[in-house]
Amino acid sequence: MADLTKLTPGQRTLLQGNEAIARGALEAGVSLAAAYPGNPSSEILESLADSAASAGIYVEWSANEKVALEAAAGASFTGLRAMASMKQNGVNVCQDFICNLTISGTKGGIVLVTADDPGSISSTNEQDARFIAKLAELPLLEPSTPAECLAMMRFAFELSEQIGNLVVLRSISRLSHTRAGVTPGPLPASRPRPYWDPKVAWHTLPTVPRHRVMLEKLAQAGRIMSAAGFNAYRGPERPELLVIASASSALYAGEARDRLGVASRVGLLKLGCTWPLDEALLLKHLASTEQILFAEEVDPFIEDGVKALYAQHAPELGVKRFFGAATGHTPPVGELSPDVLASALGQILGREPATVDPAYLERVAERVAALVPPREFGFCPGCPHRASFWAMKQVLAVDGRDGLVSGDIGCYSLAMLPTGFKRANAVHCMGSGPGVAGGLGQLRGQGFTQPVITTVGDSTFFHAALPAIINARWNRSDFVLVVLDNSATAMTGFQPHPGTGQTATGREGTQLDPETVLKALGVPCQVVDPYDMQATQQALYDAVQASGGVRALILRRVCALVQNKRGGHPYTMSVDQDKCRGQDCGCHRFCSRVFRCPGLFFDEAAGKAMIDPVVCVGCGVCTQICPAGAIQAEPRKEAAA
Amino acid sequence: MKALDQEPLDLIVTGVGGQGNVLASQVLGRALLAAGYQVTVGETYGLSQRGGPVMSMVRVTQEKVMGPVIPAHSAAALVSLEPLEALRVLGTYGHPGVVVLTNDRPLLPLNVIAGADRYPELAELKQALSENCAKLYWLPATETALTLGNPILANVIMLGALGATGLLPIGAGEMEAALGAMFPESKMGVNRRALAKGAELAAAA
Repeated sequence: MADLTKLTPGQRTLLQGNEAIARGALEAGVSLAAAYPGNPSSEILESLADSAASAGIYVEWSANEKVALEAAAGASFTGLRAMASMKQNGVNVCQDFICNLTISGTKGGIVLVTADDPGSISSTNEQDARFIAKLAELPLLEPSTPAECLAMMRFAFELSEQIGNLVVLRSISRLSHTRAGVTPGPLPASRPRPYWDPKVAWHTLPTVPRHRVMLEKLAQAGRIMSAAGFNAYRGPERPELLVIASASSALYAGEARDRLGVASRVGLLKLGCTWPLDEALLLKHLASTEQILFAEEVDPFIEDGVKALYAQHAPELGVKRFFGAATGHTPPVGELSPDVLASALGQILGREPATVDPAYLERVAERVAALVPPREFGFCPGCPHRASFWAMKQVLAVDGRDGLVSGDIGCYSLAMLPTGFKRANAVHCMGSGPGVAGGLGQLRGQGFTQPVITTVGDSTFFHAALPAIINARWNRSDFVLVVLDNSATAMTGFQPHPGTGQTATGREGTQLDPETVLKALGVPCQVVDPYDMQATQQALYDAVQASGGVRALILRRVCALVQNKRGGHPYTMSVDQDKCRGQDCGCHRFCSRVFRCPGLFFDEAAGKAMIDPVVCVGCGVCTQICPAGAIQAEPRKEAAA
Repeated sequence: MKALDQEPLDLIVTGVGGQGNVLASQVLGRALLAAGYQVTVGETYGLSQRGGPVMSMVRVTQEKVMGPVIPAHSAAALVSLEPLEALRVLGTYGHPGVVVLTNDRPLLPLNVIAGADRYPELAELKQALSENCAKLYWLPATETALTLGNPILANVIMLGALGATGLLPIGAGEMEAALGAMFPESKMGVNRRALAKGAELAAAA
């Protein structure tokens, strides 16, 4: 990311949606920003961290999302502007705080940015985090372009201060990761000095009267939002069909309308302020048409709200037809696109979207089906997780008691797939691995004999695993805790975490290592290098055979991609073509069929295993899996230690 | 600002995670924006560094703001850093008039490595592409990148090739300037050579 304070006001620049959100916050005078990394939100805080020194503000990666929002609230109580950004899952993590913060209210402008992931491009779910606005009576903004990300962030801080409450801005993957021309405005010349008058208290009592105040704040927000210019109508005065759309779907809807050539028949109401809904605006447009189509991702949030509004006013408005998720005109799952909306418009208006020669489509589809295999996700070449899950696979097979692995969130979630030998039996949310294992480990008295391993990454360990480990220790559950310590929050882009000791802005922090924490909790703990397959398998086997209580193994080896950036891996790999027994090897191409490293393949023509020098990074692990000893590792001359 | 032959000019850059697909689309975006166009670059990543297919969409107009997703079967050009991915994306975004530029160096999917699926013969793949596009540039980008010292340069070579097709309203100079804004001068020598090599490859294709 780059220092966003260096942009020239008034000069159009290519900015990612996430960078535009960060720039908007800087222009609004944000003084504290905190976040926990997670795609598609990570670049927001990364940009702010890279701008922190120039802007003179405080920016941190927090241990989790709840802590991040709480830190932002602290700053708000002193009168400063503050924000927390996260992916949709993070909103769940801080939901408890949100639902109480909204009662106490806030002082300095405070914004919660959630970057949702329709289509689950890089998530375990595609939950629609907009519902937090409804749940906690908070105003909700949904930008549709990077330029609007910037403008809405500026507005969000103002709005928050005007109503004295948190404001939610919801981005989505397609917007967070879209780059487009954005014209930055000026940065503030100064920021207020933080002060909290000790006579002032921020709390939730008395709750019920304060709930009434929350609703008044929301109504006030609605009035301010309706005048902000983020809701806009384009189309004829009395459209045959009205499309109500938000976020990227508003652009898709416009494009679908143009492509079908129905601009004179279809009106497009783009909503940027989606909670509370602008009732007067919606009633005016509902009165202008008989048919309404909703375009939003993922859940029918606006759709249900508008229908509820319509129900209140049906006697004046008369009969309307609504199309959307409820009628199957838009899918209730996954992303929308110009094509999905062209098809919905076409269906309603009785028009076929123009398409290319059907013979061409048929021919290409046939070639793709015949020639193009899927491309599975997998651990990177050299990934220590491949070696770690290899050990779990082997040890549980040798143990023979149908052992289970309770997985967690990170790159190692991919262990559900063949790349991790399908050795993750459960994967849900941050910290759920040891939580689920804790329950399993209490079933011994009821005849449950299967060994239980749980895996957590180093960042996940600090984020949410600790309460589950403490619970297991307290209640004397019985399982093996494997900390997959690759010294990075790798899945989301190698951000630092408590275990690395580095901080978001490069300032030195205090390094907390998992073994010290575990020892303090009384959990016996051993550190092993997963690249050393024999040592890892022995240590894991011993841990699985032991019983009674939680015992931990820290498999520590830096992420292979981080190692690539630090000067690379130590070896140049090759397969000794004389030693490789090829098809005649009793192992039936064990090295490529089972181990599945992208850098090691079986050359059908030669009938031998081969290293792909463009892909292989030279970690040397695969030398340990060939029964014939054919895989060779030569020290690389310029290798880093 | 040169008028566009078609509006929007829709370009796709695809490949496998880790090949520098996002960087390539960002260079295009910056170069076109600097030349005065409206650009929207939609990037798909996340799990993308973990060996899966990745795709960026670059949409260019004179004024109009476009969404980040190109409609099916309407890309003007398809640049692929891996030949199998070229055909995969052609299936969704191709049409008889599309121009395809692809690196000819396969990266084997894990399921192929495991023996569960087959990677097509390169001749078959090349034929399927050339029969279903207006022009195919089948280019040894990785091989050329290796002669420059690093296979990762295949992405810049492919950009150089795209610049030489005449499909863009900008030339190599604008792309070089965009690269220059993203890399230190110490890395620009090899990037300039990669752009030039790409242009040579396209001219010879």
